[in-house]
Amino acid sequence: MLRGLKIVCALALAAVLVLVGKEFVRDPGSDQPSVPVADAAAQVTQGAYLARAGDCMACHTVRGGQEYAGGRAIETPFGQIYAPNITPDRETGIGEWSADDFWRALHNGKSRDGKFLYPAFPYVNYTKVSRADADALYAYFQTVAPVSQPNREHALRFPYNLRPLLAVWRALYFRPGEFQPEPGRPAEWNRGAYLVQGLGHCAACHTARNALGATSASAELGGAIMPVLGWHASPLAADAGGELAQWSRQELADLLKTGVSARGAVYGPMAEVVRQSLQYLSDADIHAMVSYLQDLPAVPPARARRAGAGPEHQALLAQGAKLYDKYCVECHQADGSGAAPAYPPLAGNLSITATPPVNPIRMVLNGGFPPSTAGNPRPYGMPPYGQILNNEEVAAVVSYIRDAWHNEGSPVSVIEVGRYRQVPPD
Amino acid sequence: MLRFSVDRIARSCLALALGLGSAAAFAQGRVPDTIAQRVQACVVCHGEQGKATSDGYFPRIAGKPAGYLYNQLLNFRDGRRTYPLMTYMLAHLSDEYLMEMAEYFASLHPPYPAPQSPAVSAAVLDHGRLLVQEGDAKRDVPACIACHGANLAGVAPALPGLLGLPRDYINSQFGAWQQGRRHAAAPDCMAQITSRLDMHDIGAISSWLAAQPVPPGLTPAAPATLRLPIPCGGVPQ
Repeated sequence: MLRGLKIVCALALAAVLVLVGKEFVRDPGSDQPSVPVADAAAQVTQGAYLARAGDCMACHTVRGGQEYAGGRAIETPFGQIYAPNITPDRETGIGEWSADDFWRALHNGKSRDGKFLYPAFPYVNYTKVSRADADALYAYFQTVAPVSQPNREHALRFPYNLRPLLAVWRALYFRPGEFQPEPGRPAEWNRGAYLVQGLGHCAACHTARNALGATSASAELGGAIMPVLGWHASPLAADAGGELAQWSRQELADLLKTGVSARGAVYGPMAEVVRQSLQYLSDADIHAMVSYLQDLPAVPPARARRAGAGPEHQALLAQGAKLYDKYCVECHQADGSGAAPAYPPLAGNLSITATPPVNPIRMVLNGGFPPSTAGNPRPYGMPPYGQILNNEEVAAVVSYIRDAWHNEGSPVSVIEVGRYRQVPPD
Repeated sequence: MLRFSVDRIARSCLALALGLGSAAAFAQGRVPDTIAQRVQACVVCHGEQGKATSDGYFPRIAGKPAGYLYNQLLNFRDGRRTYPLMTYMLAHLSDEYLMEMAEYFASLHPPYPAPQSPAVSAAVLDHGRLLVQEGDAKRDVPACIACHGANLAGVAPALPGLLGLPRDYINSQFGAWQQGRRHAAAPDCMAQITSRLDMHDIGAISSWLAAQPVPPGLTPAAPATLRLPIPCGGVPQ
């Protein structure tokens, strides 16, 4: 009996070791040859466009720094990961890399020397990228100005700083493989799926992650709190009958391309995505993404419905209504309909009613501007009311806008407001 | 001395913002297509028309030279100046739009607030006046007026005036230079000058500057003949 158990355990351990060990040698797609192109200049142009679509700059360029020279800290629950230099500098960048090395990094999450890359580099998404597109990106990065800037060591806690342990993570969560179009779907839908799932890496923020930082397929694009940064990335998959289902194609396209729309505006990290990435995409690609996003399977929203209307709650809402009349009504209107595209509606705005209520708290505290884009070069701004309202007042006015009109968000507490007052706005 | 009170900021801003909510709501789709309306986010701290107040922390931005304001907006956006809320506000705005904002506030000349009454001795004030008007040659500290104009009104396009600013704000800028939290394009002249000053000097300068009444109609001087005693990256020569 005991002997049988030992054998079973030994076999199980061996199986795990084989699965994990395989990660060190597994290199799917490594035999896939480079796609020869006739027009090298056109390939570079295409690569520049794809680098925008992938928003490579967001991580690989530090604020005010030289393009693609790396150094920006990616905040994760496991510590900071510093994005590397991807300029073609031979010593400190990727000047010595071949197109095959570049493809392996994108497709298989391994560096030139075979080391596992941390999945903060979203190769879980970039593995969907085609070889031709990877080659174009490579060709483009070889043309940017080389910058000599050594990479900074990651500052990860034990045991996450032990890179070989990523073998376990990969065995559990990483399935390399190019995007495969779904037959029977229109070409536009498939193009959108390719961009959203691949270079766009929307899931990196909009899909919830587990304790090991892996995105969950069952919650695909269902919205998530961004760890450490403390913003809520809105759900992209509509809940049946919810606010998102009411967006028209054009409204969603406007939001992605210009940062503002009839139904809402982008702020915080998404403002950066629109400014650096999405505004540069062609209308055809934006519409392709929209047609895929609007066809995603619905995800039930994590929403705390209105709490019971006790006297204390009523007093909070009454105080909030007064503050709304004083500070908010001029732009957002008494009926919460706003004055889009300058001032977004608050009634029926899923960013306002979402749970947890991070975004409305942070917007009231810190205000902000949507990004300058070609379609909206001079955005209207929202004042940082945290400068003149105390935590109780912010809790009251946010509770009010989450409850007013037909909104059905739960009230927010003074403690929640206090927590986000401590989060640096930037 | 280099610290400021959050409560005090909040209170002084509250006074400013009371005027904000009184206007009637816009009719839908009729938001004024003006730069003034677009930058309402700025006035909650910097005051209506960017005029600030004398007892707060936030600086007056009205009437400062456009080149100076533009440089500061870029410095905040690109991380050379550290004030998280400003960096957050500007992070995704274009150079062209920031220039438009700078030109707008530079064009406004609302009245200055009354000067702050000094909380230091006459000897300290006199030390401040001496540094502002004559500098200290032994320590290689140029006079403030050598760059910022004989009447301290600033010089177009990039040198700011120094009058009508709160003492706390002036102190915290010197502190930021000393601690490396405020940078300008190299060579960073103010960082060099600040490194030659001590806390006593800084307190004296800020107290004297904040106590000066501002003559009506004060505007930055034309750039005509200014020769800087020390090269500054933000100021074309």
